[in-house]
Amino acid sequence: METVVAGIKSSFKNIYTGVWDFINLLIARSLRPEELKRSTLTALWFMFLTFPILVIKVNTVDNVINWYWARVVYLGVTVYFVSFFWRYFLEVKEHGIKAALDADPVDTSIADGLTDNGQMGALSARLMANKKFKTALGISLCAFAVAFPFMFSMYQTNIMTNALMYIVLGLGLNIVVGLAGLLDLGYVAFYAVGAYCYALLNLHFGLGFWAVLPIGAVLGATCGLILGFPVLRLRGDYLAIVTLGFGEIIRLVLQNWNEFSHGPSGIANIPRPGFFGIDLSLKSSIIYMYFIMIGLCLLTIFVVNRLQHSRIGRAWVALREDEIACQAMGIDKTKIKLTAFALGATWAGMVGVVFAAKSTFINPESFTFMESAIILMIVVLGGMGTIVGVIIGAFMVILTPEYLRGIGEYRMLIFGATMVIMMVFRPQGIITSVRQKYKIMKDKT
Amino acid sequence: MEPILQVKNLTMDFGGLRAIDNVDLEVNQGEIVALIGPNGAGKTTFFNCVTGIYSPTMGDIMISADTSGSVTPDTPKRINGLKPNRITELGLARTFQNIRLFANMSVLENVMIGRHCRSNANIAGAVFRNKKTRNEEEEIINTSYQLLKDVGLEQFANELSKNLPYGAQRRLEIARALATDPFLLFLDEPAAGMNPLETKELDDLIKKIQLEKRISILLIEHDMRLVMSISERIYVVDYGKRIAHGAPEEIRNNPKVIKAYLGEDADA
Repeated sequence: METVVAGIKSSFKNIYTGVWDFINLLIARSLRPEELKRSTLTALWFMFLTFPILVIKVNTVDNVINWYWARVVYLGVTVYFVSFFWRYFLEVKEHGIKAALDADPVDTSIADGLTDNGQMGALSARLMANKKFKTALGISLCAFAVAFPFMFSMYQTNIMTNALMYIVLGLGLNIVVGLAGLLDLGYVAFYAVGAYCYALLNLHFGLGFWAVLPIGAVLGATCGLILGFPVLRLRGDYLAIVTLGFGEIIRLVLQNWNEFSHGPSGIANIPRPGFFGIDLSLKSSIIYMYFIMIGLCLLTIFVVNRLQHSRIGRAWVALREDEIACQAMGIDKTKIKLTAFALGATWAGMVGVVFAAKSTFINPESFTFMESAIILMIVVLGGMGTIVGVIIGAFMVILTPEYLRGIGEYRMLIFGATMVIMMVFRPQGIITSVRQKYKIMKDKT
Repeated sequence: MEPILQVKNLTMDFGGLRAIDNVDLEVNQGEIVALIGPNGAGKTTFFNCVTGIYSPTMGDIMISADTSGSVTPDTPKRINGLKPNRITELGLARTFQNIRLFANMSVLENVMIGRHCRSNANIAGAVFRNKKTRNEEEEIINTSYQLLKDVGLEQFANELSKNLPYGAQRRLEIARALATDPFLLFLDEPAAGMNPLETKELDDLIKKIQLEKRISILLIEHDMRLVMSISERIYVVDYGKRIAHGAPEEIRNNPKVIKAYLGEDADA
């Protein structure tokens, strides 16, 4: 016990000195003459450009001109710091944190304490390598997930369920886009198929949620195969166009085939999932939905993780990397592509069923291209081909706009700015995919 | 000497262009055979036809061996127009002229991909990871690692393949092709871009593959020193036609070959 405490103490001390060194180096960088010059010039240029709109205000009532000099000073200071950090982060992205902070590129001794991934990166890597820390993190995450609906309001639980649904959708699309490298812009079609599958089967045959959940999965997979066949020969942009078309076709069919799908008016009064025949109140049914999604999420993570590190997962990545070489190495391209489409669509079909049960009303408007774009954004933003990345991406993309509701009309602006900044500084996504390291079990020599 | 690959009257047209014109070629068991010719002669097209990337216009490609190494000269199998993955499964593996590794996969994984067609874990096996799948996976890892050792790349096993130096990437391609358990290996310009020392190592490696693994080799190469030192027979093509074939000494002194490579004297 004492050793653990001592270990924690020393690691805190390390973090403390690390952060302190980091701040010192950052200040040293900001004092370089070249940095000072460039930041100042940028600030002056911005002040000059915005001078007419920020400083001069004509008051037409009294016929006087008001001069707001303070504004241009605030702007100048802000731009000065933004430009400094902008250049700093660009350099970190290009050459790593060490190069960005070293005054003299030849003498790297000053920043030697900092690794290329930065102090925090190294620390998190060291922590993740520790098995005890990993289990502790896992247990606390589980505890938090279980306690969440009882700690927070119904609204919070609801948006969290939403985020969990997008995690599963993201992980499904990740198989197709992130692993197999097939750009699919019509993923929402499978989601719609799942949702309508539950709504219609319930309407006509009275089937319950739990009966339809596997049917939705199978139907999703089947639709994945149906989409897969015609696009086997397509790649890149062409594949994107055809899948986009497929998504729109499904939506338009649902919208216009009134006898089948009730058209734009949709299907209402879809029952929520049953809980051993007990009638649940609204609140407990929301909590129930949340736990169903937690379960589905865990199942997806487990299955996708296993698939990713299997013979099939490797074949997907090989297909992404080089189609011709992949075939020449004995991989059946047709089979592996169809598997990717089908396994990706399975999850969308399942989440579609959950979506119909959760919202109790569906119409084609829920399955527009925007949905596909959001799911794709989750995958790309989080980091293609990584499970943790997709989870973080889903939380960011789904929860950020919700939590920003407080600042009203600025929320989409901030959301957009975050996306642009992400793409400038981290185009590969939040989490970079790392290839698995294999243990060589027996050495023959 | 039993023939394991017989190509007869192979012709490949691209629209109006005849890239390969009636080429015959034979590879016997355990042989190293070279296919040479000036740039644009149709050597790589020939490889692409035999390995299924192109479907030839005319002619026959027959194999009479299987991956277990047994030769069946009486029942040759016609492989025209089969898909590349089927041909690899039948025991013909290849490397590429412009390296085609899986850049963002680790070195070991690149070789493991080669084992794909010799293993058969399915989706259920991958998800439940039962004993059979685990054993198969272990076999894949061990075999692949052994192959990396054979080509001298075991210390890079967990590096990304795009980070390897050029010569090592070429050797990795060979290891990956060997992982498919071939009886015949096609090497498309394995020494291109290598320095003399690396070429020497490659020479030894190819001989080692032939002797220890009992794999026949057909190679395209421009490095004449390598070609002359390792191949038992040489085929020469020019403008899609076979212009000569024979032992290295015969080829070296063949006037047609000299003409194809160096052109004619103006006053000849």
